[in-house]
Amino acid sequence: MKPAEYYQRDRTRQPPALTPDYKTSVARSPRYSMISLQQSVSEITGPTFGHNDIDPIDNDLIKNYAKDGDPVGERIIVHGRVLDENARPVPNTLVEIWQANASGRYRHKKDTYLGSLDPNFGGCGRTLTDENGYYFFRTIKPGAYPWRNWVNNWRPAHIHVSVFGSSFSQRLITQLYFEGDPLIPHCPIVHTIPDPDAIEQLIAKLDLNATVPLDSIAYKFDIVLRGRRSTLFENRLEGN
Amino acid sequence: MPQKLDYLKESASQTAGPYVHIGLAPGAAGFDIYRQELGWDIAGPNAKGQKIRVEGVVIDGMGSPVKDVLLEAWQANSEGVYAHPEGGGEVEDGFRGWGRVITDFETGEWGFDTVKPGKVKPRVKLGSGVSQRVSDSDPDWQGRMDSHEPMAPHINLWIVARGINIGLNTRMYFEDEAEANAADPVLNLIEWENRRATLLAKRDGERDGVPVYRFEIRLQGDNETVFFDV
Repeated sequence: MKPAEYYQRDRTRQPPALTPDYKTSVARSPRYSMISLQQSVSEITGPTFGHNDIDPIDNDLIKNYAKDGDPVGERIIVHGRVLDENARPVPNTLVEIWQANASGRYRHKKDTYLGSLDPNFGGCGRTLTDENGYYFFRTIKPGAYPWRNWVNNWRPAHIHVSVFGSSFSQRLITQLYFEGDPLIPHCPIVHTIPDPDAIEQLIAKLDLNATVPLDSIAYKFDIVLRGRRSTLFENRLEGN
Repeated sequence: MPQKLDYLKESASQTAGPYVHIGLAPGAAGFDIYRQELGWDIAGPNAKGQKIRVEGVVIDGMGSPVKDVLLEAWQANSEGVYAHPEGGGEVEDGFRGWGRVITDFETGEWGFDTVKPGKVKPRVKLGSGVSQRVSDSDPDWQGRMDSHEPMAPHINLWIVARGINIGLNTRMYFEDEAEANAADPVLNLIEWENRRATLLAKRDGERDGVPVYRFEIRLQGDNETVFFDV
């Protein structure tokens, strides 16, 4: 069977553009309907990446910006697989992450939060999935921080995650949250997602089996990208 | 009890937030960390065709430039081929076709250098193994659009920012490709002819001998840009 286009995005599980409780969306949300497009070669293709693009240390946020020691905070491993909706691994795809440090402060010239910068923590990492779609990062658990939405909003601890997949139509940016965080139910950004099951999918699970004893706690986080049809009923079948 | 379909569901999107630069363009966030940042060179040194510069701004519902956007571009080479196994053929060594730009924090202006893409065959043989372009008369092609015309030169854009919950897909076409645009199967899908103009980049003179195209993206308002559910 020949692979054809990607499954239609299930918009009932995705956040709509306009979500007034997340105030910034009000002026940044298109109001007309999107035009639905059957996929052409422009959508079924996308950029490819290789080991020449990145360095092995790029996925170690504990070491990749360290100047005179390790960063402060709870040492964690984040690992999982990038799969598609058919539960097939997505190999050799670029996964990029960014986050605040343990005090909830981003290394960004526009971040003015009271939390302190950590001289040994950059806050970004990237890696390629292996042939089984597997990826991992070592990092510091980010801190919660306040933000200006309602007067008293706090973001739950989170890591931003960017994934490419095999085609431009699979391109995804999302956020990873941590199991047990009491701020998750109160966050207007989390609740831009209408489906509780889809929210649950963004909460990384504590994974004691993957911890490194006396070193790092582990969380498991699988990322699912859009699946791809196969063309059924062809005159000649080809390998799928 | 019906049988269960054993599929997973796509992970939900979340906004890239105001600090997307830390992850995807750390130099713009104010620090160096990687040996190389990705996506700054779209076409590479060996690209054939017309070198161009594309510039623009993203405007919100208040009419103000959005100053924390990250855009990604995905385009074919001057022959209409994408740098991908299913992209329709071979591309020049170093041609990637993918770029990433951020807006200026003060002005909201963005821009990138590339080459003008060629016309793109809307359908390729979506087979296993090597993809190939198929002729209009090939009965084996995977019909995906009503028109058999090639797509006019265009650059696919994906826009993320604080306040944008799921990345927005659009396409930039070239105002000076009137004939190709008139036959473009995607532009012609847009029922409201006046909205097609929102996808046209305007010629804005030359700089150092390179044609400049200007493309304004409006998130809301009377001239809201057409966005696609792909």
